[in-house]
Amino acid sequence: MTARDDILGGIRRSLRRGPLPADKTAALTARLAAHRRNLVPARAAALDHGGRVDLFVAMAEEVQTTVARVASDRDIPAEVARYLAAENLPAELVAAPDASLDAIPWNTRPLLQIRRGRAEAHDAVSLTPCLAAVAETGTLMLASGPGTPTTLNFLPDTHIVLLRASQVVAGYEDGWDLLRTRAASNPSPAPPIPSPASGRGLGRGQAEEGGSPQHADRTGALPRTVNLITGPSRTGDIEQRIQLGAHGPRRLHVVLVEDAPHQD
Amino acid sequence: MEPTSHSFPANARAGLADPILQTALGLARTGFPMRRAQAIARLPEFEALREQGRAIKDHTLANLDFYLERYEQNVTGAGGHVHWARDAVEARAAILDICRAAGAKTVTKGKSMVAEEIALNDHLEANGITPVETDLGEYIIQLRHEPPSHIIAPAIHLMKEQVADAFRAAHTELDPARPLIDPRALCDEARTVLRPRFLAADVGITGANFLVAETGSSIIVTNEGNGDLTQILPRIHIVITGIEKIVPTLEDAATLLRLLARSATGQEFSSYTTLSTGPRRPGDLDGPAEYHVVLLDNGRSALLGGEFQDMLRCLRCAACLNHCPVYAAVGGHAYGWVYPGPMGAVLTPALVGIGEAGHLPNASTFCGRCESVCPVKIPLPRMMRHWREREFAQRLSPPVYRSGLHLWAWVAQRPALYHALTGIMSRVLGWAGLYRGRFRSLPLAAGWTAVRDMPAPQGRSFQSLWAEQQRRRGAPRR
Repeated sequence: MTARDDILGGIRRSLRRGPLPADKTAALTARLAAHRRNLVPARAAALDHGGRVDLFVAMAEEVQTTVARVASDRDIPAEVARYLAAENLPAELVAAPDASLDAIPWNTRPLLQIRRGRAEAHDAVSLTPCLAAVAETGTLMLASGPGTPTTLNFLPDTHIVLLRASQVVAGYEDGWDLLRTRAASNPSPAPPIPSPASGRGLGRGQAEEGGSPQHADRTGALPRTVNLITGPSRTGDIEQRIQLGAHGPRRLHVVLVEDAPHQD
Repeated sequence: MEPTSHSFPANARAGLADPILQTALGLARTGFPMRRAQAIARLPEFEALREQGRAIKDHTLANLDFYLERYEQNVTGAGGHVHWARDAVEARAAILDICRAAGAKTVTKGKSMVAEEIALNDHLEANGITPVETDLGEYIIQLRHEPPSHIIAPAIHLMKEQVADAFRAAHTELDPARPLIDPRALCDEARTVLRPRFLAADVGITGANFLVAETGSSIIVTNEGNGDLTQILPRIHIVITGIEKIVPTLEDAATLLRLLARSATGQEFSSYTTLSTGPRRPGDLDGPAEYHVVLLDNGRSALLGGEFQDMLRCLRCAACLNHCPVYAAVGGHAYGWVYPGPMGAVLTPALVGIGEAGHLPNASTFCGRCESVCPVKIPLPRMMRHWREREFAQRLSPPVYRSGLHLWAWVAQRPALYHALTGIMSRVLGWAGLYRGRFRSLPLAAGWTAVRDMPAPQGRSFQSLWAEQQRRRGAPRR
């Protein structure tokens, strides 16, 4: 008898029943398919969109995320340059290859050196888009994909996230729905934007792209990694005194672009 | 690790006499409960969420076979592999096989209590693979070759001086004269030393806080980001976890996540909550090429359907440890195995046997704080009582204790005799203690009087006062 059969059999013996009958299995399958929401706290759900954006900012700042609100995409390069200078950081960063960052007029700040690709050990600052932001707890939601490698969220000391006000949602459940919509449509991922300066990491990724994937990217599957990020890395493991920057980023900065409000 | 739960009384005495431990526990006693209370005060729905959290877990446990099969199907569909392990031996073997097939030399690890439960590090080391703990607390205790003393704060029994000593002994490549005077410097040193280990590891092993049947995802909740570096940098990601971690949907996970961080550290949400589904996808620039989940039973399925099933709801938040007067006095190592505090007092006898761990369910005042703070309302005191009953029924408790209980039970079943005896005793003691009002020592009560005085009874017994009051009110006397 395999371990699998033994464990499943042991569960059924303990529950004093055999395998579930077909009607019961159908009911459980329906419960999964319906994925009904449980109680969602009123804190964010009861607010209008503007209120949610303000709540997101307040909750994020409470956990040492810094937030800069800018009027449009045109202001992003200046804000990024200002932030790096204010933090005494070099004007150099690695940005996600995602197409959503392509239209930003980086040439207005020619001194900003930008490489597109995954993060490497020597990268000090990263810049990424995000999928959504959860107002309830000031949480950013980032999903992995060819344009959004996960190393950008963890390896560099400083992580800058571009967030559009229309991306702010009330609770985690709204984020799950966004993930499901994406998974169901499963857009064939755009190839990473080639960049001569993008270094060995990108080369490795591209080499494997056409190589031997052990599986097809199944419609309905979530992205490989979904990160819910609430503030910079921290630890309280020594005398319960909170230190930022344990292993992940020491700084988390959100550039919040005030675009047209999200239509519910 | 070999349990030493059988020597709990000696372990506890050692803990009480350890000044470093007592200072460290003093910090924990106030910090965790205060932060939890503040977080909960901000969320009016918290009590309703606890009720829903309990219901979600109960529903899942009642249909655990269905949800495990559905979970496995979805992990496989996303390109991952599921390995079933009946016990620690099988789980260790499954992990070693994956590491060997990959030709792994070093393995980074995120904090996992199940990995502690199966003593994974010793097994990997014995087979020539170097495990590197990356959670700061776990790293500290790995350097000190000791087990965790708390399920979410493994090095809570230490002060910064002990951490500095461990770092100086281990990081011999660094300047011995460097100042290591505060937590900031220690944290930075660990970050610097561990970063190359993350980058060099062949395999990353994490636990899981939840497994989602609907999507085949595993979820980890951390604050340091070490669990994420552990799983995205190496070529292989292995998740080791217990079969009871399953929840049906992402919505169910959201409800439990709202309970977890607030109950554990008093945060609104931990810094990093990460969902992992299968290996990297075509076109991805990073992420592991292989994704494995090792599902451990190790006695869990046997708890279903019985008086200990409720324990399988446990989220491992440690609120019960943080609010336990016994844990706060003796520390986690006294419990002698992986899981300390009230949840350990219930779980340890189930996993290593009541013969080994019989002291643990007895190490409780039944004050009930653990149950009152549990995010999924596990009736911990009731289950400790069940263990005491089993211990008694299996004749495992000491003979003197057993005959004492028998004698008391015999008297207690004879109310007239009971009242007569207690009446005589309280009069005699009251008379003998008239002068000082308390006793420094009493025959048969040394366990009490060795550390505190016994107050002398004053006046009449509660029973006789009650009876008199009822008579005066004209109520019928029972």
